[in-house]
Amino acid sequence: MSRHTLSVLVENKPGVLVRIAGLFARRGFNIDSLAVGPTEHPEISRMTIVVDVQQELPLEQVTKQLNKLINVLKIVELDPAASVQRELVLIKVTAGPDVRSQVLEVVQLFRAKVVDVAPDAVTIEATGNRDKLDALYRCLEPYGIKELVQSGAIAVGRGARSITDRSLRALESRSA
Amino acid sequence: MTEQMTGAQALVRALENVGVDTVFGIPGGAILPAYDPLYDSQKLRHILVRHEQGAGHAAQGYAQATGRVGVCMATSGPGATNLVTPIADAYMDSVPMVAITGQVASRFIGTDAFQEADISGITLPITKHNFLVTDPRDIGRTILEAFHIAGTGRPGPVLVDVAKDAMQATFDFAWPEEMRLPGYRPVTRPHSKQVREAARMIVGAKRPVLYVGGGVIKARAAAELRVLAELTGAPVVTTLMARGAFPDSHPLHMGMPGMHGTVGAVGALQKSDLIVALGARFDDRVTGDLNSFAPHAAIVHADIDPAEISKNRQADVPIVGDAREVLADLIVAVQTEHAAGRIGDYTAWWQQLNAWKSTYALGYDTPENGELAPQYVIERLGEIVGPDALYCAGVGQHQMWASQFISYENPGQFLNSGGAGTMGYAVPAAMGAKVGAPGKTVWAIDGDGCFQMTNQELVTCAIEGIPIKVALINNGNLGMVRQWQTLFYDGRYSNTKLHSKRIPDFVKLADAYGCEGMRVESAGEVDAAIEKAMEIDDRPVVIDFVVHDDAMVWPMVAAGSSNDEIKYARDLAPKWEHED
Repeated sequence: MSRHTLSVLVENKPGVLVRIAGLFARRGFNIDSLAVGPTEHPEISRMTIVVDVQQELPLEQVTKQLNKLINVLKIVELDPAASVQRELVLIKVTAGPDVRSQVLEVVQLFRAKVVDVAPDAVTIEATGNRDKLDALYRCLEPYGIKELVQSGAIAVGRGARSITDRSLRALESRSA
Repeated sequence: MTEQMTGAQALVRALENVGVDTVFGIPGGAILPAYDPLYDSQKLRHILVRHEQGAGHAAQGYAQATGRVGVCMATSGPGATNLVTPIADAYMDSVPMVAITGQVASRFIGTDAFQEADISGITLPITKHNFLVTDPRDIGRTILEAFHIAGTGRPGPVLVDVAKDAMQATFDFAWPEEMRLPGYRPVTRPHSKQVREAARMIVGAKRPVLYVGGGVIKARAAAELRVLAELTGAPVVTTLMARGAFPDSHPLHMGMPGMHGTVGAVGALQKSDLIVALGARFDDRVTGDLNSFAPHAAIVHADIDPAEISKNRQADVPIVGDAREVLADLIVAVQTEHAAGRIGDYTAWWQQLNAWKSTYALGYDTPENGELAPQYVIERLGEIVGPDALYCAGVGQHQMWASQFISYENPGQFLNSGGAGTMGYAVPAAMGAKVGAPGKTVWAIDGDGCFQMTNQELVTCAIEGIPIKVALINNGNLGMVRQWQTLFYDGRYSNTKLHSKRIPDFVKLADAYGCEGMRVESAGEVDAAIEKAMEIDDRPVVIDFVVHDDAMVWPMVAAGSSNDEIKYARDLAPKWEHED
């Protein structure tokens, strides 16, 4: 099993998400996480899909199938070493007066933030890559995690190059 | 130029503008607005079918007979869901088709309204693309895009679901519309370096084979294929979807490969050292057990759909492109090799191939009890009717015999449901083919099981003046399933006996439907019945050929087995090695 991060530029149209999610399910691929949102261009949305790939089903097959979807403009696999990947997590931790300072110390160490406080709990916001968030989780676990919510990963390639340039040109050439 | 009109008028106008001449369909509540302007159209012929599935298969038959995009139309809810089977069929066999469905008014979408079904959601996995249109201003452009997507690249079905209120609203219609498909760019031009590499491999191989699939017919590349085959001298196998792409009478032709292919064609693939796949997809019915398929072959795989290449079998030389362009370039590249003195020598290979051909020619047994052999009926049909007709099969034993025992000489001559294996395909598809090619004789070769799924379209044929002919291969059973029960379930015939030699009376049924009905029970009557059918052109004809129950399709590679395990008759395996 190997994990891959795909950046997928799609037309911002209704139903695109279900087309893509359905294709993964249909072709037997597991989506580990999926994040979708707008880009600098209003007609293009960007999906970041983290996919677990088994040996028998090469990633190439799913990217080829994705490319066949009419609303998909571009697919790029982002190499972890050459990209920045971030996830956002909100963790509600049991933290009565006796342990609160210890919990806050963990928050400091991870450069996380407390976004809500109650008499016996705090809610912590943290961003980072998967390893950092896993480590944070392990440090907070002993205090009692009441609730955890995590976003899908978003990712962007390092350096000056942009994957949206060419897709934008394709969109613009037809409106010219 | 703009013109005030309703969305429904725009829909009909857009269909006219993209060149549609025939629509197969049935009206209902949500699509009703479209049927009003359709009533006035001088350019569109609407053929009122009896079941939406018939409309869908008719559109497929029309598309396959003409090479153009077939069109079917249905209302929302059950009308649309009845199109699901032909849409799935068209998807599996890459048939260009546009299905237009009415949808409940947009304010009702998502409310479980009367006759509401999320048909765009339902058909997501079985369409090349689909659209839900809720704004009349999108209708013209969507129709243009739908036909473009359906008919270009790897063809396929496109569904356009139009909300009723979008059809009723009045707006300013403009034409021509501009397509907005920034994510759709099919590659048709092959990469020249890959083509040159393929040519080098062809002339360097000792045991090459051209593995020809339906893509060659879709690309209208039969002429180019013949030039390449004759130039190289390599053997050709044509899959179920490619029958007719290369003349069966041609000495380089080894026949159909696969589960019920000839020993020669299966052996040509299995023992080859180079497979040149052209518009074929290494389907499980061709490869058998993939791990033991053609173990010594290098693979050149040319297909217009990049996702097919290396999907099932890793390609050594992948070529993305339209089959016709690939073949044209490949011819030039092979000529260049020849000019440089590099010419393939396949003499030893042909000794082997010819030995298989002569030793394991297709054949069948005449039933000892004097009953009619189904293979004989189909063989005689092909011989009497000839290679200019279109033949349209259902799914099962009769389909395999229709592929095996008719000599196909022209591309597009044989229509059938290959990938999906849809029983009930033949009659409505023959209807559509006849509408598309009215000058051709169109025979449906159907089984009694298949025929009872869609024969109501004979009514449509009788009323609309579409004189198709049906050769009903009536063995009273779901024959192919029965064959599997014979071979793999100890002859326990669970629910495969249809009793259709007794009920229904197909001759009376034909009569009731306004068709000519005949029954044939012995070999001596076969020719006369076919000849009589050929003389009738003012109504459809049904010949009920009552045949032997126990005839089986041979050769056969059992599902999941290696192609090496092919049997040319029960318990009889060929000897692969040629003995001098």
